[in-house]
Amino acid sequence: MIGGLFIYNHKGEVLISRVYRDDIGRNAVDAFRVNVIHARQQVRSPVTNIARTSFFHVKRSNIWLAAVTKQNVNAAMVFEFLYKMCDVMAAYFGKISEENIKNNFVLIYELLDEILDFGYPQNSETGALKTFITQQGIKSQHQTKEEQSQITSQVTGQIGWRREGIKYRRNELFLDVLESVNLLMSPQGQVLSAHVSGRVVMKSYLSGMPECKFGMNDKIVIEKQGKGTADETSKRRPSAPAHSGKQSIAIDDCTFHQCVRLSKFDSERSISFIPPDGEFELMRYRTTKDIILPFRVIPLVREVGRTKLEVKVVIKSNFKPSLLAQKIEVRIPTPLNTSGVQVICMKGKAKYKASENAIVWKIKRMAGMKESQISAEIELLPTNDKKKWARPPISMNFEVPFAPSGLKVRYLKVFEPKLNYSDHDVIKWVRYIGRSGIYETRC
Amino acid sequence: MTVGKDVSALFPDVVNCMQTDNLELKKLVYLYLMNYAKSQPDMAIMAVNTFVKDCEDPNPLIRALAVRTMGCIRVDKITEYLCEPLRKCLKDEDPYVRKTAAVCVAKLHDINAQLVEDQGFLDTLKDLISDSNPMVVANAVAALSEIAESHPSSNLLDLNPQSINKLLTALNECTEWGQIFILDCLANYTPKDDREAQSICERVTPRLSHANSAVVLSAVKVLMKFMEMLSKDLDYYGTLLKKLAPPLVTLLSAEPELQYVALRNINLIVQKRPEILKHEMKVFFVKYNDPIYVKLEKLDIMIRLASQANIAQVLAELKEYATEVDVDFVRKAVRAIGRCAIKVEQSAERCVSTLLDLIQTKVNYVVQEAIVVIKDIFRKYPNKYESVIATLCENLDSLDEPEARAAMIWIVGEYAERIDNADELLESFLEGFHDESTQVQLQLLTAIVKLFLKKPTETQELVQQVLSLATQDSDNPDLRDRGYIYWRLLSTDPVAAKEVVLAEKPLISEETDLIEPTLLDELICYIGTLASVYHKPPSAFVEGGRGVVHKSLPPRTASSESTESPETAPAGAPSGEQPDVIPTQGDLLGDLLNLDLGPPVSGPPLATTSVQMGAVDLLGGGLDSLIGGPNFVAPPAAAVPANLGASMGSGLSDLFDLTSGVGTLSGSYVVPKAVWLPAMKAKGLEISGTFTRQVGSISMDLQLTNKALQVMTDFAIQFNRNSFGLAPAAPLQVHAPLSPNQTVEISLPLNTVGSVMKMEPLNNLQVAVKNNIDVFYFSTLYPLHILFVEDGKMDRQMFLATWKDIPNENEAQFQIRDCPLNAEAVSSRLQGSNIFTVAKRNVEAQDMLYQSLKLTNGIWVLAELRIQPGNPSFTVRLPAPALPALGCLLPCAGQPLLPSLLPRAGVSLMGALAQLGWGPSEPDVNEHQNSEPSFQLSPIRLPR
Repeated sequence: MIGGLFIYNHKGEVLISRVYRDDIGRNAVDAFRVNVIHARQQVRSPVTNIARTSFFHVKRSNIWLAAVTKQNVNAAMVFEFLYKMCDVMAAYFGKISEENIKNNFVLIYELLDEILDFGYPQNSETGALKTFITQQGIKSQHQTKEEQSQITSQVTGQIGWRREGIKYRRNELFLDVLESVNLLMSPQGQVLSAHVSGRVVMKSYLSGMPECKFGMNDKIVIEKQGKGTADETSKRRPSAPAHSGKQSIAIDDCTFHQCVRLSKFDSERSISFIPPDGEFELMRYRTTKDIILPFRVIPLVREVGRTKLEVKVVIKSNFKPSLLAQKIEVRIPTPLNTSGVQVICMKGKAKYKASENAIVWKIKRMAGMKESQISAEIELLPTNDKKKWARPPISMNFEVPFAPSGLKVRYLKVFEPKLNYSDHDVIKWVRYIGRSGIYETRC
Repeated sequence: MTVGKDVSALFPDVVNCMQTDNLELKKLVYLYLMNYAKSQPDMAIMAVNTFVKDCEDPNPLIRALAVRTMGCIRVDKITEYLCEPLRKCLKDEDPYVRKTAAVCVAKLHDINAQLVEDQGFLDTLKDLISDSNPMVVANAVAALSEIAESHPSSNLLDLNPQSINKLLTALNECTEWGQIFILDCLANYTPKDDREAQSICERVTPRLSHANSAVVLSAVKVLMKFMEMLSKDLDYYGTLLKKLAPPLVTLLSAEPELQYVALRNINLIVQKRPEILKHEMKVFFVKYNDPIYVKLEKLDIMIRLASQANIAQVLAELKEYATEVDVDFVRKAVRAIGRCAIKVEQSAERCVSTLLDLIQTKVNYVVQEAIVVIKDIFRKYPNKYESVIATLCENLDSLDEPEARAAMIWIVGEYAERIDNADELLESFLEGFHDESTQVQLQLLTAIVKLFLKKPTETQELVQQVLSLATQDSDNPDLRDRGYIYWRLLSTDPVAAKEVVLAEKPLISEETDLIEPTLLDELICYIGTLASVYHKPPSAFVEGGRGVVHKSLPPRTASSESTESPETAPAGAPSGEQPDVIPTQGDLLGDLLNLDLGPPVSGPPLATTSVQMGAVDLLGGGLDSLIGGPNFVAPPAAAVPANLGASMGSGLSDLFDLTSGVGTLSGSYVVPKAVWLPAMKAKGLEISGTFTRQVGSISMDLQLTNKALQVMTDFAIQFNRNSFGLAPAAPLQVHAPLSPNQTVEISLPLNTVGSVMKMEPLNNLQVAVKNNIDVFYFSTLYPLHILFVEDGKMDRQMFLATWKDIPNENEAQFQIRDCPLNAEAVSSRLQGSNIFTVAKRNVEAQDMLYQSLKLTNGIWVLAELRIQPGNPSFTVRLPAPALPALGCLLPCAGQPLLPSLLPRAGVSLMGALAQLGWGPSEPDVNEHQNSEPSFQLSPIRLPR
């Protein structure tokens, strides 16, 4: 299991060091600094083995977090734990920076004591931790016996992510369907790979221990239901099934927050859960079929002699004209030996950024089914560098108010048998946001 | 926290603050104690009182805090004071305290294992597995697993169907971390049959949709391991395969560090079960922003998944990557193109033209890498792409890396007759001979000798020069030796030299860089852990005894055995084909025949067959291989002659059995024990043994001798997959430690339900034996007759029908000489080895015996024995039976199994027959070896 945890600043100075196991000596701290942080070459693996001691590291801004072990630990678990630790710290004091870490020494040691015992990760749900590790300091006398046992049962219990007795005057919930659409397209416009990775984020302000059931237009569910009803209806109206077919999407794979009952999903494909209070990520999913690509990029690069490049890029928006895309940014890479750039664009603003080796073209808003183009002349310094310019792909950023995967929330039902509010009393909000992930077109 | 200052002087003052009400302050004091108690052991006793008191505090958080801290104070003196409070806390009413106490037992065990055992904490811990709270269960499982790891022999985690059921229930309820502990523990369990395996799999599959990647990977580990036990044609097997792909792909959208862990594991999974991800090539395409470690891993997997169906896409991608910035990545991409050419024959042409394009870029490292792979392509497809040599030669000057230079020199030497100025080119390299690396020097030497043999008239001077450089001016023994050999070879017999040096090289083929199958199987058991990231067994990077327990995939056991046997063969067959691996450069010995540039090396590197000729030549393997010709360097080829001898030897020794075992017909003969693993090769452990078959059970009789100076313990044995699925039926039981110069004899029962993989030779068995010192590998040949089952007597009618069905060309014929026995005696003796006489007739004064035997995997072998009274020669005809059992084996296992089986069975049968010639006298070992030439195997028609 994890033998110790170290946090370093960008210089390699140790900010936090907590050793859980006897087999990790004091020199392990220095070994990592010397061999990884101060290494001459950039380290090429997140796992490093130095003198039979393994170091796992992640970096957050310029802070290094390293877990150390001498055993054959579960590597995936160690990384998951490091990410979780970052989440917990961020939930307590915001951004992970040297200053914040120095200001919260005591808190961090307290957290490390709680979420890792002898190197075994323990309950690390922020909701639960915040009940008994606070920044104000709790006097043990001030808690009643009930409160104490409530804390412990929550920390160890089946529903470790929610405490009992939450009350809201207004029961409200927000669902955000956040998708990032990833694309890799060849210069000729052939889709090399495209997938959507989406998340359903839920923010709930619900009283008691509400039992929720979430439904979306998952193909498997719709087909299953369709079969059940189709048998009856098809006799009367044979044309009925065609209606539901188009609306559903095929989900390649999905993963759920730990509150979701996985065995139920496996058997019935229904998503039921008792949500944590406040915001959490209910599910992540991935689709690859029938993706609506919001934009198409058509590049044209022509080399005019050895010292000049002509670039023309057309973007086409491909969604309902009534919708507006926002924060559009097209990034056209330029060679390293660029000496000057002249840009002409019909819409938005374009600028050559020498420090980034790219022309950045920004458009605030763009409606669907429109087209816009930019053309640029790039002057090059003559070089005798044999190495060819690698021609990085043209990348794009945008935000659209729909889900490129086609996912639709069908329902979110709330049941709270003990309290007297019903599903109808809950105010529900749904929002779809599609963002660009890695949206690249090779040129 | 203390900025590196030693604040241990404050110990008494800090301890005084222990009894504070402020929880936060208390935690800090405890933290101080953990860090400094070791340096102030006497003072630490002061703290004991507070711990004991805190363990009875009404607040469960404080009780837990006390018990958690207690375990971290590693001072022997106070450990025993802590036992009482710990005992109380293990039975605490609050689950939070119990789950903390469970971990504390593991801490205490780390400090003083004996104490924990004496105090009975282990039993209490076992009870906690049945606790009502899932988190307590998870922590108890984690603690027990760790303790069990340091006691591999003890049966601490006594997993049985009931406790497994409890764990699976807790799995649904506990935290993500708890799920990982439980899944990792489940992976160590071996279900008793395929039904149980399936029911566990069914309950584990929902975990594949967990958000935590570690849970997913641990679930994958359990599934991959238990899948081994499921029959392939089960519907569920297919469903499971389908279910595994999506979660693995999803792992690739995690953070880069996790992607790296996932990709390293996928690399293993793809090697073990390529069918899972064969349609998912696209997700492994490299993204521009991927960190370099992710890119390199993706590239590796892309090549593994490359097939005829997707090669066009892969090539287009690889070409793209070859223009990237990162040098390592570009190199790997170029090399990958070459690997594609070798793997997918249809794409070779396109790959070569892509490589030529890349050479045109003139980017130094791209060119060098391309030349290295083109050399491999030449080896794979001789006489196809040599037209590109001209282009390659243009880049001669830009090569500065040894590997590329060596590759280029090899090409020049190999195709010297097509390159007009080959002598000039090689001469130019010769100028700086002493500055070159050994690899290049050796290659240059060979290339010039080749050139000389091809164009003797013009290059005499050159060859003189290089030979003198290599033999007189070099300090490198390898180079000198090789130089001398060539020199002598050329001076004594140039024709022979030509035959040796310009011998036809075996083709290289198929997969490259595959992990050795036993290691792969072991690593599959470690999915998700560091071992799977390093692709090394834990013993390679973990200190001490911990984690050195070797894990292995469970053998396939079906509840219905009769249907099982025909299926096992196809199961092993696809993966069982020994892949030819391109070894890394610098294998100097094999280099002699310049086969180093990728000779096929199959089978385990440590194959020590006891029957091989023992004499070690002064020049080592080098000269041996020279004499033996090119075939001899490659282990598989070398094994053939040795093996033939072995089978014949064993056949001869069958005689003993028949002579001694005339009375006991039930048991078949026993080969005398042979040394399988010499002490020299196994750090003092000598293993000799033999195989026996008695009343339906096969056993391996081992004799372990400790020739080292230290005591040996912890023996364990494991077989690699083999042709007949031989596997140990029980663990290797060596009860007392083996002291120096002591010998134990063990009879290890075997069964034939293990995984099947066709071996070459067929009866080859690769064995790994482990003790406290190391793991040793050896291989041995088992006599085939141990596989002849007792019910091998075929019904007459059936025999007749089958015999007729067999086409003539499937027949093999042998002669046995000097057998003075008559038909009855032959028949009764053969029966002793489970070879049965079905019918007998007399034609033209010859006795015809019709024999049948059945192998454990249900294959029948039929034979006709012709005996002429007065003539001591027997004739044996062995047709290949086309029985249903064999029929279903054929399409899956592929053609090779049948032909190789027959002659071998024939030889074995022959052996059994040959012994007849010996009569009831008692020859000794030497004698039978001497008499080897007295009978011949003369296969007349081999089945094709």
